[in-house]
Amino acid sequence: MSTTAADIIVDITPQEKDSFYAQLQTFVGLEIGEPVIAPDEVNAAMIRHLVETVGDDNPIYTNPELALASVHGGIVAPPTMLQAWVMMSFKGPKLTGESPYEKMNQLLFSRGFTSVLGTNSEQTYERYLRPGDQLTMRTVIDSISNEKSTGLGTGHFVGTRQDYYDANNQLVGSMLFRIFRFKPAAKAPVSKPRPARPRPATTHDNQWWFDALDEGVLYAQGCGQCSQVRFPTGPMCPSCHSLKWTKVEMPLSGSIHSFVVAHYPQVPSFDYPLPILLVDLDPVDAPGGDKIRMVMNSADTDLESLVIGARVRIDIRSTDPDMKLPFAIVETPPSNGASA
Amino acid sequence: MTTLPATREFASVQIADELPELQIPLTRTLIVATAIATRDYQVVHHDPTVAAERGSQDIIMNILTSNAFVGRFVTDWSGPNCFIRSVKVRLGAPNYPGDTMIITGSVTEKNEQTKTVTIAVKGSNSMGDHMNATVEVVLP
Repeated sequence: MSTTAADIIVDITPQEKDSFYAQLQTFVGLEIGEPVIAPDEVNAAMIRHLVETVGDDNPIYTNPELALASVHGGIVAPPTMLQAWVMMSFKGPKLTGESPYEKMNQLLFSRGFTSVLGTNSEQTYERYLRPGDQLTMRTVIDSISNEKSTGLGTGHFVGTRQDYYDANNQLVGSMLFRIFRFKPAAKAPVSKPRPARPRPATTHDNQWWFDALDEGVLYAQGCGQCSQVRFPTGPMCPSCHSLKWTKVEMPLSGSIHSFVVAHYPQVPSFDYPLPILLVDLDPVDAPGGDKIRMVMNSADTDLESLVIGARVRIDIRSTDPDMKLPFAIVETPPSNGASA
Repeated sequence: MTTLPATREFASVQIADELPELQIPLTRTLIVATAIATRDYQVVHHDPTVAAERGSQDIIMNILTSNAFVGRFVTDWSGPNCFIRSVKVRLGAPNYPGDTMIITGSVTEKNEQTKTVTIAVKGSNSMGDHMNATVEVVLP
């Protein structure tokens, strides 16, 4: 391929992504190039080599007498061997740079999608192949996905459909093959300092709550008229609509109401897997004081200890020099075993 | 082998029947030999140095071989007088040398009209699922 790494275009805008995707779509439905003619007829030697290596003792592949006595009426090739008959020769493919498949790959390469991984192979057989069968394969670009992010990186899934024909031009089998053409995810940069945790959006109505965390106090908000306790903070009591409010100090303890563990997409400021907990705070003596829940991350806690209902202690910790946030630490129950 | 092994009959198969587990020790020789036997000369299937340069921890089994093991796993159970209609494989964790692949499977569907049995097959190694496959096989 003539494209070099220096030509790779990165950081394209959403509009450019859309036009790139539209350009990719023009390849869908095209035959990838000339049909492939199998270099060898289906033959007993190649069948034997393969079934020997995978330890397949089915006699219909190698034993002429038993194969004759079977419903197959003679030696057949393992159906899953379909693709092996048309694999490219040791010398590699004949590249012209002109076939639709090469042009599609060049386009993907130009945007940095340089790595490839097979993800799906779906074979359907019309009949079993016999020694002497001469195959021809035609391949069509079946589908190209929009940009997808996976654990490996971002890229496009490319599906091709291969149809296999015998010497009488009868379809003997088909295969849908899907690959992922991707830009490998950057390895964890060692020298780069990790960016700070994204800051919460503070407003006139919640700044006091974050300021209190700096002093090590966790508050909910109380109504100045009906005493209803509420969270998150806001200007008006949802119960009596009063604009008067007070601060209600909450206990630094509670239990897990629910949680999720985020794996992907990964934001560089966090460690993954990243637990995100919804914590039922222990009650305070006021209306609604037993219904206060807060979202927070966990700290010093194994994933295995995260169980709905588990008791947590809340610790207010610095996330950067100017920010403190509450973290839930699961209290491991004292072990019953005689571990001492 | 002097007589044709018996073939499982459609009527004798029940949904949820489990197929006998198959353990495949993934030797380096197996991975290279099967790649060449399927005429797959991609370097990641035989050259550990180049595989490492491309970000893989070692050479990996090729897809055609995973397909072949699925076929063997099913006909080891069904016997020879069957017709495999389709083999659909979704690939996951690679098969590296030194690991073991354990293939398990069970019957998930029966089609009385076509005498076709659907089998869910899983091949797992120490890193997780190498493959999840669905096989349709026509039984007598």
